[in-house]
Amino acid sequence: MPGMEILDSDVMSGVLEARESFDPSSYTEADVRRAIHSEPSVEGFAALLSPAAAPFLEETAVRARELTRAHFGNSVCMFTPLYVSNYCTNRCVYCGFNSGNRIDRLRLEPEAVAKELDAIAETGLEEVLILTGESREKSGVDYICECVRLAAERFAVVGVEVYPMNTEDYAKVHAAGADYVTVFQETYDPVRYDELHLAGPKSVFAYRFDAQERALRGGMRGVAFGALLGLADFRKDAFACGLHAMMLQRRYPAAEISMSLPRLRPAANLEQTSGVTEAELLQVSLAYRIFLPYAGQTISTRERSGFRDGIVGLTATKISAGVSVGIGEHSGSGHGEGQFVISDPRGVGEVVDALRRNGLQPVMADYVRTGMR
Amino acid sequence: MSDDLVLGGRRFRSRFILGSGKFSLDMTRRVIEEGGVEMATLAVRRASAAGEGNVLDSMPEGITLLPNTSGARSAEEAVRIARLARELGCGDFVKIEIIRDTKYLLPDNRETVRAVGMLADEGFVPMPYMMPDLTAARDMADAGAAAVMPLGSPIGSNRGLLTKEFVKMMVEELDVPVIVDAGIGKPSQACEAMEIGCAAVMANTAIATAGDVPGMARAFRMAIEAGRLAYLSGTGRVLDGRAEASSPLTGFLERSP
Repeated sequence: MPGMEILDSDVMSGVLEARESFDPSSYTEADVRRAIHSEPSVEGFAALLSPAAAPFLEETAVRARELTRAHFGNSVCMFTPLYVSNYCTNRCVYCGFNSGNRIDRLRLEPEAVAKELDAIAETGLEEVLILTGESREKSGVDYICECVRLAAERFAVVGVEVYPMNTEDYAKVHAAGADYVTVFQETYDPVRYDELHLAGPKSVFAYRFDAQERALRGGMRGVAFGALLGLADFRKDAFACGLHAMMLQRRYPAAEISMSLPRLRPAANLEQTSGVTEAELLQVSLAYRIFLPYAGQTISTRERSGFRDGIVGLTATKISAGVSVGIGEHSGSGHGEGQFVISDPRGVGEVVDALRRNGLQPVMADYVRTGMR
Repeated sequence: MSDDLVLGGRRFRSRFILGSGKFSLDMTRRVIEEGGVEMATLAVRRASAAGEGNVLDSMPEGITLLPNTSGARSAEEAVRIARLARELGCGDFVKIEIIRDTKYLLPDNRETVRAVGMLADEGFVPMPYMMPDLTAARDMADAGAAAVMPLGSPIGSNRGLLTKEFVKMMVEELDVPVIVDAGIGKPSQACEAMEIGCAAVMANTAIATAGDVPGMARAFRMAIEAGRLAYLSGTGRVLDGRAEASSPLTGFLERSP
């Protein structure tokens, strides 16, 4: 589409070829055992994602926990997302923000954003993630920069999970105070991607794929990756997502890499489930940990509290708390409907207590903003 | 005879420096006690947060804080973080960590040399975390480093003193203390570093990931003390797997009158 920057990068072709040739049914018990106990490798990662690894979850978990502890100790970072606008020009069939979905729409004005941020800061959190739908008109880059500036005045760490943008726009958002960018590719199957993303800028697979690379070139410190499990073959999508992260880390060795683990959830007017079981979600998380032991993992409120409490410290290193996905709900400054339905409504204090009970250390901020590129 | 470690004009009886990132705060106190620790690192990027459980408050009296610049990717960023540490009341010691590699977390010696000079000029006591490279270490010492802190193996790996030969060269050639900073996974490895003449050992993961954390802290304390004593005592020569001939090979020589 016009205005979309094209990168001279071979990461996408490398990932898609590998995804195409990955046959989850071709791995054996011996492959899995070797993968659990060897140094990380692409073949080992594939084996850990295969059905053959399912009976070895406990054994894999023991190894994964060792790696998590070696790399992260007992620290678990905490944050909350702040949805500032749900206007969207995309038509993604599984998403509550879908422009064809009839929901209450709202964009918070800067004063309301400040109020929301103040309400979140009250909870003791020091990291916030700003989210919007994709609407250049309602939530343009300047609006996002304004939200980020307000957030950076109040929070030690600011991330954005907004639509993909060009390098120079990422540089603006970075200059405003954001250092981390999350973009979910949703599915790495280009054919399925086209079926699911019917209209809007998001329908351009390649532009979305290169978002993290543009963000890093724009000066961002860290980037997060995610495949929305349940849209296509989750094993192949997780495989591609892990490779995507690994290849970018090789190219940008200073980048902080992290993985998100979203499963498809019901949303307003959308009855849907992922078809991915908790055990399968855990298998993906364990495979990410062994393949990318240095990468953070974030577990969202898409999952129930018991699952989240079990996975932090085992593989996950970051957890959200005090989440409301609606627009304006932290301070009661409005109402816009959410992108999906959450499963863990606990507040910050409750999550902190749960972490402590499990011998984990809640970390509110793990970053000093120096304002340098 | 006293055998104190002197850093930045301050004397330390303990040669066990504790990294604090991977513990809960209450555990940090117990580890300090059991390990006889007098100096502990502090990640400024966590301490700067105003919230609950500030690491600064949890440090027992008498502990010298060694704030680190983790998160810095350039000398300039390290300087900013060090200044922040000073504002927070952490004192003048600073462990320089400049890392542009998120996979192995290897330090960047070139930027670190620059940072040592910049921080020394501002009156800090710089202690740089570094790759064990003698030339870079000399530059750091010349620039004002109070000690140099080479890694034993990649941080968090618990793989021990893989860089032993290079650390030994540094011990032999440098006039500043050499403190092994990363990768020490077991008390025996800490002891090994002390035996070759390192001035101190820093550890975190090895203790944080132990079954009995305070117990492991005590074990490290003992190993470090044992290694130090062995170094001071002069270890006996090792015969490298060969026996020494009991009948001298030169016995045929005519005795001098």
